Amino acid sequence: MFSDANLTAILLTAKLASIVTILLLLISTPIAWWLARTHCRAKVAIEALVAMPIVLPPSVIGFYLLVAMGPEGPVGQLTQALGLGTLPFTFSGLVIASIFYSLPFVVQPIQLAFENISEHYLEAAATLGASPLDRFLTIALPLALPGFLTGGILGFAHTVGEFGVVLMIGGNIPDVTRVVSVQIYDYVEALEYDQAWELSAIMIAFSFVTLLLLYLFNPNKRKLA
Amino acid sequence: MSKSGIETRFYLEHPGFTLDVDLSIPAQGVTALFGPSGSGKSTILRCMAGLEKAQGKFMFNGDVWQDDNTFTPPHQRPIAYVFQESALFPHMSVMANLNYAFKRRKQSNTDFPLDKTIALLGIEHLLDRKPAKLSGGEKQRVAIARSLAVNPKLLLMDEPLAALDVARKREFLPFLEKLHDTLKMPVIYVSHSPTEVARLADHIVLLKEGQVEASGALNHTLSRLDLSSQLDEQASVIIEARIEQLQSEWHLAEAEFDGGKMWVRDMNFVIGSQVRLQVLARDVSLTLSPDEDSSIANTIEAIIEEVGAGDHPAILLVRLKVGANYLLCRLTSRSFHHLGVSVGDDVWAQIKSAAIIE
Repeated sequence: MFSDANLTAILLTAKLASIVTILLLLISTPIAWWLARTHCRAKVAIEALVAMPIVLPPSVIGFYLLVAMGPEGPVGQLTQALGLGTLPFTFSGLVIASIFYSLPFVVQPIQLAFENISEHYLEAAATLGASPLDRFLTIALPLALPGFLTGGILGFAHTVGEFGVVLMIGGNIPDVTRVVSVQIYDYVEALEYDQAWELSAIMIAFSFVTLLLLYLFNPNKRKLA
Repeated sequence: MSKSGIETRFYLEHPGFTLDVDLSIPAQGVTALFGPSGSGKSTILRCMAGLEKAQGKFMFNGDVWQDDNTFTPPHQRPIAYVFQESALFPHMSVMANLNYAFKRRKQSNTDFPLDKTIALLGIEHLLDRKPAKLSGGEKQRVAIARSLAVNPKLLLMDEPLAALDVARKREFLPFLEKLHDTLKMPVIYVSHSPTEVARLADHIVLLKEGQVEASGALNHTLSRLDLSSQLDEQASVIIEARIEQLQSEWHLAEAEFDGGKMWVRDMNFVIGSQVRLQVLARDVSLTLSPDEDSSIANTIEAIIEEVGAGDHPAILLVRLKVGANYLLCRLTSRSFHHLGVSVGDDVWAQIKSAAIIE
């Protein structure tokens, strides 16, 4: 039913969003835990930093990342020294850029879930002989599970929906960086409206189902989305 | 320094509150930390558990859990802690909560195998339920069972009845009393309820504004006049007694203690059983001779040991020695002067009634 080009773009988008979501869940957990439990004064500054992608135009993030990861940038120099070449216009570069861009959408729900865990449960676990790691794994993680679901779904959906950062960092290489949103842009540029209609309809259906799932899991936390 | 016992010295400053205590508590029986809210009793308990870090030291039967160089974190202390709000893990069933503790138990010998603990607290029918499906009293029973399942050397209880209404408290106290008789480990029990303390404690620590006002055996400490005068109408003593005979015709039982005996209401006692009697100071009056005609059935020979001011200028509190026990008597100064007695004199104490609290 899809053209080969559309199918390629859809699969690439799904692959990108899946990898980014898994990495984001791993990265966000310690950040969210620290933010939820710390009394450190730097907390507010870190929170603001994590939330920046929500307000910044994607092109700004894309621009800075492009410069940093380019041949003259610090990240680019490092990757070249390691024999990895440069990251812009590669799938790996796209993954890294997406992680920055979607970070707040995963950190914030997990942080909120951690903050909602009463200190009593953790203290009770401590008096029952559970070490800090034990308490985290057996009490904090299971109690924060809804936050992880919300964060995962939001991170996935947000990565699927991004356009500006992809265009800046990834360009438009079929099967490497040409995701659905870029593909749609191409169709419109080329006045191939039939194809654009098809992909856009899929995106609309995807977004609706995603949000539906989100609200089913988390009936009380709609404001997060 | 004796090996047995609990030695604490805690110093902690919070805005508007300073805790400064130096305490020796026996490592057996139930010790009540008693005082109004804000007196620091819960803070002391949290420091003992290691949940809060005060300056000072904490020694348990010769083991140092805290001093200037050491601080054993809570999960490595052989304690259990019962919170005001049960703090049962909401994502686990009752059984899973108990297993969580049992798997992490602090002494490998199992004085408290799970089935015995479950039976002791009467929670067999609740095991599959989630905490959200339990009543307040049931939650606290499960919380206590969970704390016993870790097989601690020291049990810390922070107002375990505070979250319950009066009816639930009444239903719950027998469980605690059963524990009191069953447990070999020392229990430190935080409370602001005189009833709970009278029913459960062997030793009492009175706290006020972060400082220790008194610490000692329950019956002796409660009879101290300087402390009792603050309790006004509620000033009372506790006497441990033994049921000697029953008068089924009148539903009365005779309770004997060191220094005398008295008739109390028969609560289906068995001869030989131990009871605790609470005698309120306002229920005790003094005479110079045993009055055979009085409607007051309990008249006991006593010695006046101390006379102190009561809660009002017209009122005196008198401490009487009866064998190894004490009685408090609350009367007007006028009555006292009409009797013409003073410290060291023999008198007769008439006891209008005694409450049986165990």
